[in-house]
Amino acid sequence: MNDKTNRPIYLDYSATTPIDERVVAEMLKYMGSDAIFGNPASRSHSYGWTAEAAVEQARQHVADLVGADPREIVFTSGATESDNLAIKGAAHFNVKSGKHIITCKTEHKAVLDSCRQLEREGYEVTYLDPEQNGLIDLDKLKAAMRDDTTLVSIMHVNNEIGVIQDIEAIGKACRQRKIIFHVDAAQSAGKVPMNLSELPVDLMSFSAHKIYGPKGMGALYVQRKPRVRLEAQMHGGGHERGMRSGTLATHQIVGMGEAFRIAKEEMATENERLINLRNQLWDGLKDMEEVYVNGDFDQRVAGNLNISFNYVEGESLLMALKDLAISSGSACTSASLEPSYVLRALGRNDELAHSSIRFSMGRYTTSKDIETTIKHVRSAVEKLRNLSPLWDMYKDGIDLNSIKWAAH
Amino acid sequence: MAYGEKVLDHYENPRNVGKFDQNDANIGTGMVGAPACGDVMRLQIKVNDEGVIEDAVFKTYGCGSAIASSSLLTEWVKGKTLDEAKAIKNTDLAEELALPPVKIHCSVLAEDAINAAVEDYRKKHA
Repeated sequence: MNDKTNRPIYLDYSATTPIDERVVAEMLKYMGSDAIFGNPASRSHSYGWTAEAAVEQARQHVADLVGADPREIVFTSGATESDNLAIKGAAHFNVKSGKHIITCKTEHKAVLDSCRQLEREGYEVTYLDPEQNGLIDLDKLKAAMRDDTTLVSIMHVNNEIGVIQDIEAIGKACRQRKIIFHVDAAQSAGKVPMNLSELPVDLMSFSAHKIYGPKGMGALYVQRKPRVRLEAQMHGGGHERGMRSGTLATHQIVGMGEAFRIAKEEMATENERLINLRNQLWDGLKDMEEVYVNGDFDQRVAGNLNISFNYVEGESLLMALKDLAISSGSACTSASLEPSYVLRALGRNDELAHSSIRFSMGRYTTSKDIETTIKHVRSAVEKLRNLSPLWDMYKDGIDLNSIKWAAH
Repeated sequence: MAYGEKVLDHYENPRNVGKFDQNDANIGTGMVGAPACGDVMRLQIKVNDEGVIEDAVFKTYGCGSAIASSSLLTEWVKGKTLDEAKAIKNTDLAEELALPPVKIHCSVLAEDAINAAVEDYRKKHA
């Protein structure tokens, strides 16, 4: 428990983050009858003009964090919408050049399900297997490219295992084949430095709530030079240069802008702090038997550590760790009864996938939180291993693969 | 997911955790489930000369409901004859523990475990 709030210690920053108080203060200026409440699209009075100025200021902040031109930022309702707009919009617009798309099995569902929808429409999709460390083999990607490939969609930082893909190298390979490159950067903006004015990336999705901004707010970067064109998915008043109609949510946009502004200012020092916390956590656990880090250890975003505790089932571990707010790749914690598709795509066996815990740290995580976490995790794993027949068998030197299990 | 009080009680204080020598003639062992599915139960019963279950132990790899189902099962089988133990139904376990629908399979696994343990014992004495 957190001593101050009497709530579980929050280690689920990859799921969402609280809105920073500084962001809340900015947003409040745009809510209420005395606030700047005008429609940014109203051209005929000062209510509209001031709201529009606020939106453009926020657009500048978002662009500044990632090295883009503000005219390349399209506001959306979140990274899911941005992914949908990028993938379906680019595939539809370029249908005359081909109907083949390449992505990876460990992408977020917003990307995978957009691709599934395109398959239903007659497109063909190649789902690449990542390497065991979660990273993509560039040669395999190049080998999958065809003359009718119009789009490659690869995420920057994986939401479960935190690995960072080399988007520069992937983008170069796409440029060589004149293929549009989309990057889901929901988990990387504000955490991994990037400069889109130099990166060979055509489309990039952002989320506000992953970096201390409001939920329900995101953006899509759409490159201007060379110009990338999309077919709109939302039709209406022609907002956002026709790519995304709908009245702009001034307070949400301002919140995203402020969150991105703060992230730019604090990213370097914050990353250093988070890496120290991550090392503290791993140092406190790594001497235990049969613990494995999922995903490449070094090519990893600062705040993420995904660990499998072999022979312990994830949901029971979460139950023992009720004083921590964490998430598991175990089937039992999800509605699907399937263990994490991300871990399975890495080639992790089912036991390890069922045994995984994601710790994601952020702006308000303290060294004391991690100290408490280590203590809780060690005692919970020990307790559950004493209860585990698989642990007994491991200790007796029995190879679990040699047993004929009755799947149920 | 929120857990019922009885599940929490068995999870926090599991009864009869342990292991018997499975080669002992008085012991019946049932191991059911699969690591790939996220649960494995090992239930062992010690049967006396009158065919009554004197003692029972378990170890379970699985979610809290699976642990609670097997823990409760060890309490219930003690003092029962083999046939009485085999008559324990998964629905009784699920009802006692107030398992939600998605966790019914945990009680099914427990029923499988006692059946397998009794079979194992009978095979040794056939």
